[in-house]
Amino acid sequence: MMSKSVRRRLANSVALTLSTLAAGVGLFMLTWILGDVARKGIMAINWQFFTELPAPPGMEGGGLANAIVGTLLMTLVAALIAVPFGMLAGTYLAEFGRNPLGRTVRFLSDILVSAPSIVVGVFVYLVLVKPLQHFSGWAGACSLAIIMLPVVSRTTEEMLKLVPPEMREAALALGAPYWRMMAGVIYRAAGAGIFTGIMLAVARVAGETAPLLFTALNSPYWMQGMNEPMANLTVVLFNYAMSPYDDWHTLAWGAAFLITMAVLAVNILTRLMLASKRR
Amino acid sequence: MNQTNRKVWGDLLFRGLTALFAAGIAVIFFAMIVVLWQQSQPSIHKFGFSFLTNADWNPVLEKFGALIPIVGTLTSTALALLFAIPLSLGIALFLAELAPAWLRAPFGTAIELLAAIPSIVYGMWGLFVLSPLMADHVQPWLKAHFGFLPFFDGPCMGIGMLTAGLVLTLMIIPFIASVTRDIFLMVPQSLKEAAYGMGGTTWEVVRDIMIPYGKKGIAGAVFLGMGRALGETMAVTFVIGNAYHLSWSIFAPGNSIASTLANEFTEADGVVYLSSLIELGLVLFLITFTVLGLAQLWLRRSQGVKK
Repeated sequence: MMSKSVRRRLANSVALTLSTLAAGVGLFMLTWILGDVARKGIMAINWQFFTELPAPPGMEGGGLANAIVGTLLMTLVAALIAVPFGMLAGTYLAEFGRNPLGRTVRFLSDILVSAPSIVVGVFVYLVLVKPLQHFSGWAGACSLAIIMLPVVSRTTEEMLKLVPPEMREAALALGAPYWRMMAGVIYRAAGAGIFTGIMLAVARVAGETAPLLFTALNSPYWMQGMNEPMANLTVVLFNYAMSPYDDWHTLAWGAAFLITMAVLAVNILTRLMLASKRR
Repeated sequence: MNQTNRKVWGDLLFRGLTALFAAGIAVIFFAMIVVLWQQSQPSIHKFGFSFLTNADWNPVLEKFGALIPIVGTLTSTALALLFAIPLSLGIALFLAELAPAWLRAPFGTAIELLAAIPSIVYGMWGLFVLSPLMADHVQPWLKAHFGFLPFFDGPCMGIGMLTAGLVLTLMIIPFIASVTRDIFLMVPQSLKEAAYGMGGTTWEVVRDIMIPYGKKGIAGAVFLGMGRALGETMAVTFVIGNAYHLSWSIFAPGNSIASTLANEFTEADGVVYLSSLIELGLVLFLITFTVLGLAQLWLRRSQGVKK
């Protein structure tokens, strides 16, 4: 029969070991996935990958140049829509949001941040694709913008709230109107934080697939304009990975490598930037 | 107009403008529900409530029921939570209490980076790396040892509910773990010290002080992960198998709402087919809305404790 103290210490070591083990599993999975993506993806990365159009199945070579351009363009347009929209909404939440409207919008934003992105795709299909009868880069950019919007507005709110009240008081005491205080003082003080949030939101939508499936669709050609179906890395990755051709699988790993590295680079750089700012 | 007047108007304009855009977010949210509801009318009209309980999904006969995708969504999410909750609690505990100070920040970042990897990359990895592993090693082993249970029946194909659940596990761990860590860190130092002072072991302090203190927040974190898992599309679409039949076995392929949409939406011809898919989208949106709403409620209450 074990004494009570031995049993307690045993329970303690078991629990702590399991906890450390769980942490080890987490780290192991991260390196496993990133390792596979890097190992298999780097083989597909060459000059052609960035400069050529996709080749038909069975043909050697070919690249994803059009998809890279499409993803960059749609992400940029999405940011151009979502950043001003989200920043103004976030400003309201931070500055005037202690009322029912503010509380409702805050709650709905928090839900939209985690809402299924495929439903956003369905929504944009019904609003922008079905009535106009064609898939388009605009529709793709709009669904990405809807996904970015709540992220931008919530980060803007958080960052504005971190600005010390003394700065507001100083500006207002000088007789500045509220909007001048915001534009000239508060946005500048919160600028780095808001920028970080925007970059993280951009990184997130750049890797989104589901909302593009029925909006931007895909295209094997060079861009014909924002009004046409538009090639993009993630949907190409999806189609190629699901195809039976080995060449296409290799290209899909290349696309996965490119997207993952870009997203991780943005994540790590913004974190480093924030950390150095805090010091 | 004098200067004071101009100032008042400028401020009103500023406030009005920001309010407009804030309201815009709410408008988008409600527009989503209204549009999905309107466009699913043909299906709602034709099938009524039996849409939710019917297991037929037959585009040729235009008979549609959502039971299989709904069950698939719930099963894959339940499996994910089953694995993710203990793992995430372990990771959160490690980050908040056990890890040496120099390790906490980089390790926390590493776990959060799991959330940054795009979901399609998880899906692809699941299909090409995890599925073969499941088919060749994990599933045969489970079958050999627990094959008498109906859950581990059927051929070991690799793709199916279990693999989908495992991929989802990886994707929701960072959300549950990082929120839970923050909640553990909110437990007042004095409470913990008092417990340690009475001779409690680390595990006892966690079990009797930290978990009860943060239980609302932890519930919120779990629901947040659950909301993510329910609506996750690409990762699941790759590995769930895309098959319409119900089975007790977690080796069997199935479908989730999101994977059905991803696979069939662009191919849907016919008004009823398309509107059934839209109704599926509406069902998914309402389920995640409920789950994420509860998550926010609990997370907010647990933050209220802090102040």
